[in-house]
Amino acid sequence: MRAYNLTHLRELESESMFVLREVAAQFERPVLLFSGGKDSIVVSHLARKAFWPAPIPFKLMHVDTGHNFSEAIEYRDWWAKEINATLVVASVQDSIDKGRVVEEKGYNASRNVLQTTTLLDAIEENKFDCAIGGARRDEEKARAKERFFSHRDEFGQWDPKNQRPELWNIFNGRKHIGEHFRVFPISNWTEMDVWQYILIEKIPLPSLYFTHKRKVFSRDGVIYSMSDFMKLKPEEKEEEMIVRFRTVGDMTCTGAVLSEASTVEDIIAEVAAARTTERGSRQDDKRSEAAMEDRKKQGYF
Amino acid sequence: MTTKSYLDMELLRFTTAGSVDDGKSTLIGRLLYDSKSIFQDQLEAIEHTSKQRGEEGVNLALLTDGLRAEREQGITIDVAYRYFATPKRKFIIADTPGHIQYTRNMVTGASTANLAIILVDARNGVVEQTRRHSFIASLLEIPHIIVCINKMDLVSWSEDVFEQIKSDYTSFAAKLDVRDIHFIPISALKGDNVVDPSQNMLWYNGSTLLYLLENIHIASDVNHIDARFPVQYVIRPYSDKFHDYRGYAGRVAGGIFRPGDEVEILPSGFSSKIKSIDTFEGPLTEAFAPMSVCITLEDDIDISRGDMIVRKNNKPEISQDVDLMICWMNEKSLQLNGKYAFKHTTREGRCVVKDVKYKMDISTMSRLSDDKNLSKNDIGRITIRTTVPIMFDSYRKNRITGSIILIDEATNETVGAGMIV
Repeated sequence: MRAYNLTHLRELESESMFVLREVAAQFERPVLLFSGGKDSIVVSHLARKAFWPAPIPFKLMHVDTGHNFSEAIEYRDWWAKEINATLVVASVQDSIDKGRVVEEKGYNASRNVLQTTTLLDAIEENKFDCAIGGARRDEEKARAKERFFSHRDEFGQWDPKNQRPELWNIFNGRKHIGEHFRVFPISNWTEMDVWQYILIEKIPLPSLYFTHKRKVFSRDGVIYSMSDFMKLKPEEKEEEMIVRFRTVGDMTCTGAVLSEASTVEDIIAEVAAARTTERGSRQDDKRSEAAMEDRKKQGYF
Repeated sequence: MTTKSYLDMELLRFTTAGSVDDGKSTLIGRLLYDSKSIFQDQLEAIEHTSKQRGEEGVNLALLTDGLRAEREQGITIDVAYRYFATPKRKFIIADTPGHIQYTRNMVTGASTANLAIILVDARNGVVEQTRRHSFIASLLEIPHIIVCINKMDLVSWSEDVFEQIKSDYTSFAAKLDVRDIHFIPISALKGDNVVDPSQNMLWYNGSTLLYLLENIHIASDVNHIDARFPVQYVIRPYSDKFHDYRGYAGRVAGGIFRPGDEVEILPSGFSSKIKSIDTFEGPLTEAFAPMSVCITLEDDIDISRGDMIVRKNNKPEISQDVDLMICWMNEKSLQLNGKYAFKHTTREGRCVVKDVKYKMDISTMSRLSDDKNLSKNDIGRITIRTTVPIMFDSYRKNRITGSIILIDEATNETVGAGMIV
């Protein structure tokens, strides 16, 4: 390290820790949204560092679509114990059973959209006043304008045209009763930053991110894992491929990439050479050009 | 890019101000495109849109138009953040629109920037908008300015045009508080002097824009002299192992702290010594801005969020009466004698606006002493009185301890951005 000058990863780390401490100071009942994906893993790791030697002063919450990879669920439970955090699970299946949402039909049915209702219900039931997420501004166009502290009205909605200006590192988390905030501590990180940080911090990850043999099928140019949640069309067939996942989400909308990357270093080399964004394999963004913007307005992550 | 070089990169945050017609989006698109930061799927998406609109070639400006309303109206309405990296540095771009009604967005983008790129259309030279952007960059104490004289292709790559604009800008910038200004003749559309040196302007032997962004010296932009540590959060583990542990978490806002330093706690004035500077990885021998750490003291003193730890012989000002330059950000104008909530470092309270001294005409940079109405996008000088004393430095000395925001108590909106004079 140069004298009195941080590397970019340490500067980003410091900024994120600052944001997490602001959350703990400004809100009464914050919660960290945990998906088992690398971004929320990094955020929870940063939270552990921000409050050490005390435990993380908020719970982890997973919105479980019921269509998750079993590896992600196993990792989730193990990691929560590892960092000494309490885990809350909000279930989309419960929302369906209660009649709060109706399951989509057809070959491309996904519970991805249904998550929004489950998330907002869980925030209301638990009286959470701030939900911390692992979203990054480099992920998608609509996210490039997201604030660190993002205000949500009493319906949980985001109004992109009426966001509070965010100056310097002074974060305004004031709100009326019934409103809440979404806070994104790693807003300024890119996919590459996240991977480099995982490398230098030696953060353990779910095995899905590394190369493995898997039974898959192809649809519209995306490689999906075989699962009980997706029906094959007559012309589709099961195959075995050497793959890994660049993002970990619901099985019905997360595509795999052909890859032999078995270490974090391999993945970094792969990301550096990659020619498509990581959301390129996310079917949920392809529904329309403004798909993410529309979902965010309604209260999506 | 090898792993090793990536781990040793610096971070540079810069802002770009300019209007749609200056070619600002094209310039950013060009930087991203020529530094290979654009992915195939992003490129395909804009190629598709360009074709649909019947445009010639790929419109690089489309890369930065985020929200649907902007795509429909062809304008940028808010601050958008973009990222790219070269083997030397990682860059964060705060991309802001340039129209007068967006002064507040420009101020927002400038607040975190180390560097500002100001675009001048070579055909028009220094215009009102150039002066406005430059004034804001100087008001926000952005340490470095790069004036990009764009569309050189439309003035036959003329050295005379470049020199004339450079000299016009230099004479007007003498009135500004800017320490480091550079001039580059470019064509964002054709790519000249953006990433690759121009073959059309061999008379120019300065660096390209990207070279300058990669090499400009930023290490001394942070104040490493005046030690300031705003206490953000008190850490009490209540565990067997750390039974009596009481740590003060925060991010160093200036200077260097070391264990053994004699410190004073403000505003109480109690003194103590730094016992340790703790992190998850273990104790440190020193901490400097902008590191996030946890400080413990030798003595058991009552300290809470909003207090500030400083060195005994180097203290900030402590006062309830504060003079500031303010940029107003809300539809509802600033109210003289109005009460607002404020946030300054980790401290908050209420304040009353005691006086509006003048409004700035940001196009001519003259003071309007008889117009004291500050509405949205106006900048002026005011005096406030706070309910609790605040510990501050002038914004010029320290951008963290010198900045303050005002909040409307009824709507909770951030309404004003203040720089302490």
